[in-house]
Formats: sequence, C-alpha cells, structure tokens
Amino acid sequence: MLDLYGEQIASRLLLGTAQYPSPAVLAEAVKASGTGIVTVSLRRETAGGKSGDGFWSLIQSLGVRVLPNTAGCHTVKEAVLTAHMARDLFRTDWIKLEVIGNHDSLQPDVFALVEAARILTQDGFKVFPYTTDDLVVAERLLEAGCEVLMPWCAPIGSAMGPVNPYALRSLRGHFPAVPLIVDAGIGRPSHACSVMELGFDAVLLNTAVAKAGDPVEMAAAFAEAVNAGHRGYRAQMLEPRDFAVPSTPVIGKAVFS
Amino acid sequence: MPILVKGAGVAGLTVAHELWSRGHDVAVFDPVGDHRHAASWYAGGMLAPYCERESAEQAVVDLGAGAADWWDSALPGLVRRNGTLVVAPARDTGELRRFAGRTTGFEPLDHAKIAALEPDLAENFRSGLFFSQEAHLDPRSALMQLRTKLAAAGVEFHAAAPDVAAYDRTVDCTGMAARLSGLRGVRGEMLLLRTAELSLARPVRLIHPRFPLYIVPRDDNMFMVGATMIESEQSGPIRARSLMELLNAAYALHPAFGEAELVETGVGIRPAYADNLPRVSRDGATIHINGLYRHGFLLAPAMAVRAAGLIENEEEP
Repeated sequence: MLDLYGEQIASRLLLGTAQYPSPAVLAEAVKASGTGIVTVSLRRETAGGKSGDGFWSLIQSLGVRVLPNTAGCHTVKEAVLTAHMARDLFRTDWIKLEVIGNHDSLQPDVFALVEAARILTQDGFKVFPYTTDDLVVAERLLEAGCEVLMPWCAPIGSAMGPVNPYALRSLRGHFPAVPLIVDAGIGRPSHACSVMELGFDAVLLNTAVAKAGDPVEMAAAFAEAVNAGHRGYRAQMLEPRDFAVPSTPVIGKAVFS
Repeated sequence: MPILVKGAGVAGLTVAHELWSRGHDVAVFDPVGDHRHAASWYAGGMLAPYCERESAEQAVVDLGAGAADWWDSALPGLVRRNGTLVVAPARDTGELRRFAGRTTGFEPLDHAKIAALEPDLAENFRSGLFFSQEAHLDPRSALMQLRTKLAAAGVEFHAAAPDVAAYDRTVDCTGMAARLSGLRGVRGEMLLLRTAELSLARPVRLIHPRFPLYIVPRDDNMFMVGATMIESEQSGPIRARSLMELLNAAYALHPAFGEAELVETGVGIRPAYADNLPRVSRDGATIHINGLYRHGFLLAPAMAVRAAGLIENEEEP
C-alpha cells in the first residue's frame, strides 16, 4: 500500500480533474482508473467558488480523497494564501504545492517552493511539493518538512515522458524511504510503466487522460501500466547484458543437434 | 391550448417561435425584461458542430446539423455561411494535428489558401483547417429580432408573473434559475473589441491549450472574443487573468487588435448537465429545456423542435 502522511492508499495512480470533455467523462475516468486521490485546482477551476457549486459537488460525489493544488501561483505569498483557502474549502490539510517560475515551461520556482513548503508545514499543512528532478532541491524540501516528493519527469502537459531517467534513478537511490510520485510530463502508459519500474511509488496524471480520444479507456490503460511497472520493480528485473544467455543450458542435453 | 414559455434567452425565444410557427397560442414570461441577464447574450453565435466535436460528444454534431437552416428560415438574412477557420501558432502545430484528428468536415489549408480566405491572417499563419459547412450569426441581433418578430405576430411578453392556471402547458427555459437537480453553472467570460484595421469573413479559432478560443466578426468593425470555461457559478466581473489571456490571444491572431477599442467585457453562467448535453424533460404540465452549456444557438433549435413534438404528441422524447 502507498503510505502518504500516514494514510494508506490502495491505488498508485493519482488523477487530475481538469480539461475533461465533461464532468460525466471525468467521473467515469476516475472509476476506470481505480484512483484513490484526485487533484483539484482552486484557482483555475473553482475561481473562489463556494462549496455547493456544481463542480465541487460532482468532485465530492466521486468518493475519493481530494488533494487540492495551488496551480497557477507564481509567488510564495500567492501559494500560501491559496493553500489556506483550499484548506477551508476542501476541509483537508493536504496541499499539492505548485509555485511556477517560468510561464512557458511551467517549471517550478524551486527557491520559492522550498520557502512556501517551510511556511505551510509550520502552519500544519501536509505538503506535496511539485518539484524538478534536482537532488539538492529534494533534500531542501525534506528539510522544510515535506514527507512526499513530486518531481516532474518532463514539463507539465508536454507528454514527453521521462527525459532524464538518470536523475529519477538518483532520487530513488538517495531517498529509498520517501514516497516519490512522478507529477508531470507523462504522455503514454509506457511512460508511466517505465517510471514505476524505476521504483517510483506512484504517478500523477491529468492531460494524458483528459485529452485522450477516449479518456475512460486511457484511464484504464494507465491503471494497468502503473500496476505492471510497480510489480516489475518489486519482482526485481534482470539487468541488460551485452551478450546472449540461453534460457536452456546447452551442456547436458541428451542429443546434440 | 395556450402555452406559456418562461425565460427569454435563446432557449425560450426559440421554443416560443417554434410553437408559434406551428400555430400554437403562445405567451412568454420574461421576468427580467433585459436580454443581458441571459447567458446567450454573451454567446459567440457560432453554428459550428464540426469544430465543437473536438471536445464534445457526437450528439452535438447530430443535434446541431440543422441549426443554420432553422435560423435561416426563422430570421432570413441573419446567418452567414462562411465556414470556420482554425489556426495555430507555429509552435502549436502538434495541437492542430490533434484537433484535426478529433474532428471531421474540414479541409487542411496551406499558406496560399489561408491568404485566399482571410487575407489579413496570411502573414501570421501558415497552416490551418477550414470547416466550410459551418456558419455564424450575431446572437444579440438574433435574440432581439426573434422577440420583435414574435411580438409583432401577437405573442404577448409578460413582465409580471401571469396566472399559470390560464395555460395548459408551461415550457421552462430559465437556465440556472430553474434550479434543476444535476444542473451546474460553467462561467464564461468574453469581450468585444472594435477595430477597422482588419476584417474577417468568418469565425477564427485559435488553438489554445486550456480553452477553445475564438474570434467572431460582427457588424460595425466589432469582434467578439471568447470564451473562458470555469467551473464556477459566480457571476461577478471578468477576472484580470481571463481578460489578459483573451486579449493576448486576439493580439496573437493579429497585432492590429493591440490598437482596438475594448468596448465591453461580459460574463455569463452557462447551465450544464454532467455530460454537457442539453435535455428536454417533462414534469407534469411543465416541459423543461435546459443544459444548453456552450451550445445555445447551435442546439436550441433541435431542443425547441423536440419540446414542440413532446407537447403535440405527449410522448417521451
């Protein structure tokens, strides 16, 4: 089971709720994915909405845990304020912390991220920081009080898949006990499978499912890929070799042909 | 059999016209008496079923196929059948391919063909898609002309609540105000720009990663730019970020929009069901038309025909 801040979560797939053709399709995709956690953006999707708004009721009716995020925030102050609004609105101390540093690549501003993580941890939040694959930034986030890390494997929505497997492997190697969730850049089920094979604990997806031709089928495909990658990692895979190894030994055969 | 239509947005006026044209005795109850309270006042007025298929179900294409003909016959001269042009900045051509993969009824355009259709856009765009069977209309003219035509034909418009008992059937077209279960509001923000520095013959869609962005030409050098899609029922003024994104898109389409006058910003709350498809439903003597979402002018005619059929045949739709 995935352990996030003491909560046991059955599924290793987290799903974003933006950009689906309709809330009905979103609900079906959530079901097909088997996810236990959905992320919801306070700024973009609810625009300061009050509880009781239609979309929020639909999210609640999904019956899964909500991880609010601070998508679209560009400063520490903005992110901290949004986190507090999210805690009031969604009644959870979980917050996926995003502080964007570059408009074009949506790359996190890691300096502001660490500072905001420290403030929010002190305020009693359980912070899920959206970060790059930088090892030292990861250390600083853990020092700031984060107990989960959410590195990108490529820019948000880019669908490029893991562009730097070395960095992801090195994060896993350095932090064997910290839950690591790949947060952004996944485009295909095979991408999700490959990061899970690296030993990551979970994958968060949004665009890859929401903008697929058939989001519900894609959600199911990702669920299988995440599961396959995780089981492959647990079962300890072979390392590649430069030479062939016969699966049946030649010596000892009854008949040489 | 007198019928009362509640609401004078696109759903209400369309069904009132459909019933009147079939010879029914119709009255309209419009408590607000001001079009600006209807979500449809802020619509783009695109009759673009093929483009909508990019993010909508096939039902939107099927139900919207006859919309241009319905409007043409109700209000001759209003519909412009010039098609829709879809363009993307050079860096988003992958998104244009995705759009093409999810839609039908278009012809891919190269630079020369874009120049032939919209000369003012030729400098900035080198590839696009042309949906020749689509059309558009000015939604504000449509609402006002329908009302004028119906009033002239003797359809009464009541500002105060009439005695419902005097009517055999009520058609409720009050959108969010109907407070139907399962209905939610989706906020949309738009703006109107005026410039004489460029002209467009047809709606142009600019591929945008977050919401379908379009610019619709209207009379008197006006251009409607829309529309955001925010899961919220708050109706307050346009947000700065939305204004910035809409203006930025207009500017990306043509730099002349940088010098345009910002004539108006508007916000409407679109009524929508969870599947974003409209419904005609019956509750005793009341028929509901609701959930037109972002497809008011495209789907209201089909819903009006369905509601009229329901009243005449008293069968489930």
